[in-house]
Amino acid sequence: MSDSDQPGHRITVTVNRVRYEQVVEDRLTLADFLRERLRLTGTHLGCEHGVCGACTVIVDGAAVRSCLMLAAQADGAAIETVEGLARNGQLNPLQTAFKDNHALQCGFCTSGFLMSVTAALREQPVRDQARAREVLSGNICRCTGYRGLIQAVLDAGSAAVKGPVR
Amino acid sequence: MKPGRFTYHAPTQLDEVLGLLAEHGDEAKVLAGGQSLMPMLNFRLAQIGHLVDINRLGARFSAPVIGPARITIPALVRQRQVEHSAELLAALPLLGQAIREVAHPQVRNRGTICGSLAHADPAAELPAVMSVLDTTFTLASTRGIRTVEVADFFQFHWTTALEPDELLLEVTIRRPPPGTVTVFREFATRRGDFALAGVAVACRADESGAVADCRIAACGVAATPLRLAAAESRVLGSTLDTETLAEVESLARAEVDPAADIHASAHYRRRLTGVLVKRALVEAAGQATGRREASHV
Repeated sequence: MSDSDQPGHRITVTVNRVRYEQVVEDRLTLADFLRERLRLTGTHLGCEHGVCGACTVIVDGAAVRSCLMLAAQADGAAIETVEGLARNGQLNPLQTAFKDNHALQCGFCTSGFLMSVTAALREQPVRDQARAREVLSGNICRCTGYRGLIQAVLDAGSAAVKGPVR
Repeated sequence: MKPGRFTYHAPTQLDEVLGLLAEHGDEAKVLAGGQSLMPMLNFRLAQIGHLVDINRLGARFSAPVIGPARITIPALVRQRQVEHSAELLAALPLLGQAIREVAHPQVRNRGTICGSLAHADPAAELPAVMSVLDTTFTLASTRGIRTVEVADFFQFHWTTALEPDELLLEVTIRRPPPGTVTVFREFATRRGDFALAGVAVACRADESGAVADCRIAACGVAATPLRLAAAESRVLGSTLDTETLAEVESLARAEVDPAADIHASAHYRRRLTGVLVKRALVEAAGQATGRREASHV
């Protein structure tokens, strides 16, 4: 790729099934690309060093910290963000389980939790509390607490959330 | 925060990677999984001129080679790949045990084995794991390829035998001799946090049940992963009886000189190291007994 700062790197990404082609600066993170360039502000930035999990998105099927990836690295990738979960304005089963179980309060951490849990449930079902805690452990919530989150994951886990995010 | 300015390179050939490292030396950093480097760039703890992303190098660099005598893990093997490979977990159970303690799946999806080793955080699990296995590091540069044994690779906090123009191409681990049991134990205040201390153990008993080989390494208690030589030699020849375990615990405690920080005092870490060594050996003894009984059935 180009050695010069300008004009940057031309990347093509698919985000929630929509194809985007953009020129990005070398140091632009994937999180900032999603938020500031595509205006998909559902992905939140908390700690910006990979600890809090608020910026979690799904890249080529794997949940990752979007603050720890560069936009230039995402060239060719298929990305899923929280904006892709609901269908025709209807919450998906996982989002519904979050709502029903009061798994959020201020909502700042919610998009990251939703994406982490979405990826985890595609890998294997969650049937017990211990596994639910494990699945949630990579994200931090600072206001609601985790009891509602655990119940939401168990509800959604038993409802067999499967397949790609639509 | 956001990273400072750098020039991003995404070469597709190894020659190009090595050429960039030779050209830019200290000014360049290799980007593999980015789970340690990107936080440092975001916080400007590291400011670099050139970022050499090796992720486009191709499939050969992402495929572990599991041979009868050796397992080779090239530069782009993700930590999560190991968790999902039944073959690798069977060949190196210690790696699987330790990787589950490394951060969270979202981090392990990107983070690589070689990246963690090259970063050489003193609290990291994988350097301790490699320290109780026969691990050879293959370092590549435009000057050629050289190998470094694990005992010489880790030199200080975040400092390894790698020169600025070198890439950690792969690590090769000799399969432990048959009958070797391995255990990884650590304690962290929250799931996925860096451990306050961690311990990797590999040992093998002879026919009589006496320990014939024993390696113990601790992480989080020194500038590098630390082999606990006094504890190891006390274990040799024993049957891991109660008296031995008590002595090994205090030897291990005396062998480490950890630093204090906001998370734990030096005293606490020293005590913890002893306790973890003891617990790991008890588990190893249990595994060994289980195997002997299974083989007599």
